Amino acid sequence: MQTSKAQISSLRLEGVTKRFPGILACDHVSIEVKAGQILALVGENGAGKSTLMNILMGLYQPDEGRILINGHETRFRSPNDAYACGIGMVHQHFMLVPNLTVTENVALGSKDFQSFLKLDLKGARHRIAEVSERYGLPVQPDAYVDQLSVGEQQRVELVKTLCFGTRFLILDEPTSALTPQETDELISLLKRMSGDISIIFISHKLNEVKALSDTVTVLRRGSVVYRGETKDNSSQELAALMTGHEVNLPHNACEDGCGNVLVSIKDLKVKSDRGNLAVDGLSLDIRSGEILGLAGVSGNGQRELADVLAGLRKAVSGSIMLEEINVFGKSPREIIDAGFGYIPEDRHDEGIVPTFSIRENLILKDFATPRFRIGPFLRLKESEKNAEDLVRRFDVRCSSQETAAGSLSGGNIQKVILARELARQPKALVSVYPTRGLDMGASEFIHTKLLELRTSGVAILLISEELEEIMNLSDRIAVIYKGRIVKILKSSEATRARLGLLMAGVQEDGGVA
Amino acid sequence: MKTERTSTLKFARESAYFTLIVLGAIVAAVGIGAFVLKLIGVNPIDVYLVILTEPLKDIYGITEILVRTSPLILIALGIAIAFRSGILNIGAEGQMQIGIISAAAIALAFPELPKPILLPMVLIIGAIGGALWGGIAGYLKARMGVNEILSTVMLNYIAAQVYGFLLRGPMIDPEELTVGSGTPQTIRLPRAAWLDRLIPGTRLHAGLIIALVMAVLVYLLLWRTTTGFRLRASGAEPRAARFAGIHVERSLIIAMLFSGGFAGLAGAIELTGVHRRAIESISSGYGFSGIVVALFGGLHPAFIVPSAIFFGLLLIGADMTQRAMAVPANMVLVLQGAIILSIVSAQSFFKDPYAKDKFLRRLSSIHLPRQKKKNAPTSDRGGKR
Repeated sequence: MQTSKAQISSLRLEGVTKRFPGILACDHVSIEVKAGQILALVGENGAGKSTLMNILMGLYQPDEGRILINGHETRFRSPNDAYACGIGMVHQHFMLVPNLTVTENVALGSKDFQSFLKLDLKGARHRIAEVSERYGLPVQPDAYVDQLSVGEQQRVELVKTLCFGTRFLILDEPTSALTPQETDELISLLKRMSGDISIIFISHKLNEVKALSDTVTVLRRGSVVYRGETKDNSSQELAALMTGHEVNLPHNACEDGCGNVLVSIKDLKVKSDRGNLAVDGLSLDIRSGEILGLAGVSGNGQRELADVLAGLRKAVSGSIMLEEINVFGKSPREIIDAGFGYIPEDRHDEGIVPTFSIRENLILKDFATPRFRIGPFLRLKESEKNAEDLVRRFDVRCSSQETAAGSLSGGNIQKVILARELARQPKALVSVYPTRGLDMGASEFIHTKLLELRTSGVAILLISEELEEIMNLSDRIAVIYKGRIVKILKSSEATRARLGLLMAGVQEDGGVA
Repeated sequence: MKTERTSTLKFARESAYFTLIVLGAIVAAVGIGAFVLKLIGVNPIDVYLVILTEPLKDIYGITEILVRTSPLILIALGIAIAFRSGILNIGAEGQMQIGIISAAAIALAFPELPKPILLPMVLIIGAIGGALWGGIAGYLKARMGVNEILSTVMLNYIAAQVYGFLLRGPMIDPEELTVGSGTPQTIRLPRAAWLDRLIPGTRLHAGLIIALVMAVLVYLLLWRTTTGFRLRASGAEPRAARFAGIHVERSLIIAMLFSGGFAGLAGAIELTGVHRRAIESISSGYGFSGIVVALFGGLHPAFIVPSAIFFGLLLIGADMTQRAMAVPANMVLVLQGAIILSIVSAQSFFKDPYAKDKFLRRLSSIHLPRQKKKNAPTSDRGGKR
């Protein structure tokens, strides 16, 4: 690579401070990484990790502080400056053009492969071969990106970044979209690579941090609260440092206090977008005061089932009873009015209207009820009171209730959604991946609230891909495979191994479903 | 105390940023216009002076600006409702024409009715005509996902043909055929269908008052009613709106009914206030200028009103330049285009925090000494660490 020959033997950020309106995002943060080291940068959402990395990549300029590379102060005015120094970043959301091939994506990313009006695809292909050989990263250079699995796309991102001559790699929550197997592969891969390059690994999954990193720096609310060797700390200790208090994700320890069957799904058949039966004769009963966990590898009909329960997808046949009401084929509005609450999968675009204020989002389902309107008019005072109350009760961190909800962190957005759904006092709640991508503190809060809701007698369907979450919270666990429930276990009977086999379609009597 | 100072500083920088971007956009628009004016061989400064000052020199000019302002406000209000509801209505021109023709038809059909009945009826029918025409595009989008930009533009052509056909055929003034020159126009509307003139001797009519009242009503509609809440939610994030039980498709249709209704009302007002008979080219591009007015006014009624006045000034100014300096009045279209480009570019600056940060950085590096002084107390604090 023409741009960077020099090895980065040490990289230091000293006293980096960055302010945003109303927030001190980074407060005199110092971190240090030496050659061949893996530093884990951990912290809750909003702790300042991403801001810090954006400063390191030259996307933001620090208000104070400096960046030292090999002891020399460096200023990055743009990401290109950072690339030129051999620093590369793999973002949480992949920056790939889906309808181009891997080679074209690599060539597009770098000036090295671009001459006037033409991409040097041959050169790019050569570089890809070089890089994937050197780091043991197999990729198919001619595959189109949208044909690749998420794990493979991740690998392409890595290769792409390495092709730019990166000697210093920043990974922003690289495992958030990966399956457990893909995560394990990535971690062993990064371990191998660390002999050659330095890595900053941003995560809040502490078991990954433990498995991978040499040193760890913990950020909390913009400041460094801990810096040290990873091996000196247990996950529990790190979690406590991150959140500032002991974190114990709550367990469903209560006795079986479940009541009558509240939600009864019978022989439900739903077609996927591709037209095949994604949910194929699924039957489930959820009792009041029960959390029913739905475990399964994603793509086995969970999405379609959730859509039908929200009223946004037409089912082919079956019935969905909530108490005496059949909500099969009803509109979203009718399902909501029947007493269903819903925490959608994509909290940012399905759970809230991002440009609406927190206040408006909190009445998104109820603005037309007598409480919030007089005739055709909204009762602003009432919605303000409602927002004030809910923001306080659910500890939504925001500068005011008029803040655009989309500008909040993931955890706070989820709190807004949860506040809205719970304030409506639903009879049943469908909760889809409620803590995906959230940090420990926020997850703890969400879990506690779900358990409280269970105690108050609501029937809860918890769809999640994190087995731990399901095992911690559920009274019973239903395993979905190819659109059918293959087995329902009591939580006490469920083990990781047993669930794993069921999820893979292996039946307990030895056959394959 | 310290935080207070930094926040005022921050605020000062924020507003400096805002002002600079807006100024930059204006300079860019004026610059592009100047470049084109230079190309056709006139002095841009003279032209701008004429456009911006000449109309303001007498009462005639000022009232004429306001005559142009009224339909612009109404159409821009409709556009704002549509855009905020997530449907891009480019069809105001056609909706306005349908409004004009239906208003004219009603006025001519019931010439005997007294004014307090006929005039409101004419205005309402005009609005309904426009609403239905707009509603077609809304229905197509909601039911079949037909792209509204295509359908509204196409409906413009159909509306223009329908309008031309009716004026040349069934609705033409019979005298034009027998003794006149065959000009495609209707007979004069009955007096009971005339909007009052506000200042005698000028064309300024009561439509301006209607437009201003409508601006207030649209504000209330969008931000104070449940319907407005539904419309804005559907426009801002249809997926979230659906999950919340809002019927997004219905919102689209309602938005287009409103949007077309305002264009139709603008047509009816132009008809009953200014021309008092349906002639060709009453709409004269208002439907398209209205889009610019709405965008320039940030899709908000409070800013649409001044924006419409400004564009009224541009339209009149351009007419006057044509007479005074032989610059084609169409030049104002070039200016409009330049303004749209500048607004869209400026908006991308407001939306992108990186661009903003970069900009502020450049800004502070220009005034480095002053900046250092202001940062002094905070860097002391850094020293202590």
